[in-house]
Amino acid sequence: MTGVDKRVSPWLSRRLFLGSTAALIVSGTGAVRALSIGGALPWAPGTATPPTVVRPGPWMFFTADEASAIEAAVDRLIPPDDRGPGGKDSGCAVFIDRQLAGPYGHSEGLYTRPPFMPGAATQGYQMPDTPAARYRAGLKALADYVKATFGGKPFQDLAPADQDKVLGGLESGSIELKDVKSAAFFTLLLQNTQEGYFADPIYGGNRDMAGWKLVGFPGARYDYRDWVEHHNEKYPLPPVSIMGRSDWTVGEH
Amino acid sequence: MARKLPPKDVVIIGLGWTGSILAYELAKAGLDVVALERGPWRDTATDFPPAYAQDELRYAVRLDLFLRPAQDTLTFRNNGSQTALPIRNFSGFLPGNGVGGAGVHWNGQTWRFLPTDFKLRSHLEERYGKGALPADMTIQDWPVSYDELEPYYDRFEKLCGTSGKAGNIRGAKQAGGNPFEGWRSSEYPTPPLKQGLGATLFAEAARKTGHTPFPQPASNLSEAYTNPLGVKLGQCTYCGFCERFGCGNYAKSSPQTCVLPALMRLSNFEARTESEATKINLDSTGKRATGVTYVDTSGGEWEQPANIVLLCAFSFFNVQLMLLSGIGKPYDPQTGQGVVGRNYAYQTTSGVSIILKDKILNPFIATGAHGMIIDDYNGDNFDHSGLGFVGGGYMGAGQTGGRPIQTRPVPKGTPKWGAQWKKATAETYQKAFSLSTHGSSYSYKDCYLDLDPTYKDRFGRPLMRMTFDFHDNELKMSAYLTERLAEIAKAMDPAEMTASPRKGPYNSTIYQTTHNTGGTVMGADPADSVLNRYCQSWDVHNVFVPGGASVFPQNHGYNPTDTVGALAYWTADAIKDRYLKNPGPLG
Repeated sequence: MTGVDKRVSPWLSRRLFLGSTAALIVSGTGAVRALSIGGALPWAPGTATPPTVVRPGPWMFFTADEASAIEAAVDRLIPPDDRGPGGKDSGCAVFIDRQLAGPYGHSEGLYTRPPFMPGAATQGYQMPDTPAARYRAGLKALADYVKATFGGKPFQDLAPADQDKVLGGLESGSIELKDVKSAAFFTLLLQNTQEGYFADPIYGGNRDMAGWKLVGFPGARYDYRDWVEHHNEKYPLPPVSIMGRSDWTVGEH
Repeated sequence: MARKLPPKDVVIIGLGWTGSILAYELAKAGLDVVALERGPWRDTATDFPPAYAQDELRYAVRLDLFLRPAQDTLTFRNNGSQTALPIRNFSGFLPGNGVGGAGVHWNGQTWRFLPTDFKLRSHLEERYGKGALPADMTIQDWPVSYDELEPYYDRFEKLCGTSGKAGNIRGAKQAGGNPFEGWRSSEYPTPPLKQGLGATLFAEAARKTGHTPFPQPASNLSEAYTNPLGVKLGQCTYCGFCERFGCGNYAKSSPQTCVLPALMRLSNFEARTESEATKINLDSTGKRATGVTYVDTSGGEWEQPANIVLLCAFSFFNVQLMLLSGIGKPYDPQTGQGVVGRNYAYQTTSGVSIILKDKILNPFIATGAHGMIIDDYNGDNFDHSGLGFVGGGYMGAGQTGGRPIQTRPVPKGTPKWGAQWKKATAETYQKAFSLSTHGSSYSYKDCYLDLDPTYKDRFGRPLMRMTFDFHDNELKMSAYLTERLAEIAKAMDPAEMTASPRKGPYNSTIYQTTHNTGGTVMGADPADSVLNRYCQSWDVHNVFVPGGASVFPQNHGYNPTDTVGALAYWTADAIKDRYLKNPGPLG
């Protein structure tokens, strides 16, 4: 018996092999948990890894209060105007909610071994907190600050000008939150909001491709051969998402 | 306790560009070859088909195709007085993972080094005098010449089907190409890509200011192509999703599109994925490798005996495996003695961003490597007398896409959010363009790789530790190049222009390139190199590091992949034509 049997049929389901528990290949010395590929390119139907499309529905990470605050905040970071919808109506809060409930929110795949030591700015983020934990703590500290400063009101009930003042204070660090670095929390919130506004709509933000329409990005077109040399001429087709366009699909919206 | 497998002629660690080229060449020569790849199998149809390859969040921001730091990372510090801390999330450079390696996610920029780059120290000392180089600069001549490597560059470019315009065919200058390049034995396999407005305007301005622009050599193919292995590539669609992405169009050269379809048909080749090499095993003399120990996804440990071990991982991890296996003497920056980990180098890039008046640039119509470039300020193409630095780089209009999460320029002074930000973002996107310089990074005594004393990987092995910072020579070079680029940018009559020369300290969170070089340097003398001129270990003759960027003695003003591919073929020939006939030291 050879230790690794290379006569594995390439048409066996790849998922069997490539999942977290790889294929058991029986050998003389026991089970081998690795994929041996030989003889042909492996391929099997149904083994592609398409993205998971965000569906409407209840909040998956945020509490109702947290969600209201986030929706108010993303609508000030990207306000609605005559150029198009703001952060709230384009789904930025939904985007952040689903991201925090998923692998990103849990720092999946990152190096999370101790010791955790503060370092130089050139050495990158060194704290153990996941994005999900940073939002939970940041929103709690923000709610406490706003409540104490604005006569018991939550952030979402403040006038837009006051909301801007609070956000500006977080950005500059002039507002100090309890146990939370306000500027770092603001940077994270702004980064995720803009990700939501410009990422493919499959992730819950950029609804109706509002972010792409704002700048004129055609999205997932993937073929511009006929327009490369149309210099100084606006690309003629509207944007398209990985899911297509709302006027192409029935019953999805 | 590792379970021992039946022996193979050759075991390859890492199935990227160099691993797949060596596997094909040696299996074709009749050897029984197995490749160990620590990441998953990857192919176009299943991992980045055109149905969803163009997903900026997934691939460019969440880095879906890259090495996960939880699997392996390194620690970083700017200098020996700091404590190195782990890179917990890659952002300054992005090591690949899985079959195809960095060949999946590269941009396709396919450059040869200059003939003088290969004799860098002797050339510079001859032209400017021995005193011209900083005392702690540890650059050295390559042990191969440009003339020796030329046929191998040619072979790799024909494997890729690279699109471009030659500037020098066997010494005869060619109009439209790079007038500074080394001689080429033939024209590029496919003609240059078409250019957009931004690159066209840059080329006009460059000509007006006395420079010679030419199309950047691109392994994003301008037309369909069948390579010498019989593998067919498609035409690039200018989709603007190259760097950080796999190509869904079979149009960007990669192990998947150029080698694997032919390689996988060879019955004497086997790929083992999700199998991470942990050590190269040596016999009792320490002068001969007996094989490789690796771990599968269940934690099971295996020993693969082999007559030849080829280290084809990404550069850091070649260095790490040499150190963990006790091959070669580790470098000591205090004494300058030892070689493994020595001469880590990188790249020194900078940019000039411009906003043009009333233009529609369609920045999303892009490839990873089209664009117009000038090479007037690369290497020693210009007189450095009195400038106070050596080295240089190419520069030009090579914007690789307009993906809006990461590419959203606004005028200076615009707030980062709110109504004004939104207005500026909408008004600027179509008018903004980025120009860049791509400069050399010479090696220094205090820039090196070693094993971290504190942080471990999931197997308990020490992480690689990088100690690196920019030196004055490189910062002066970047300032000079950026000024030249700004002069050309000014001739484009921009409404606004921001020149950003590279400044220190090196910041591991700001992306520049994934051109991490050195650590297992090739050379003519075992006192200052790990490998001889055939990329063979001086100490253990049946271990080769066939051309990964870890073999570069320093980094030059070009992207590394063409040289990596050329050295892979060079090493393959050395093994086939020399080593197999008489196994032993070739140097």
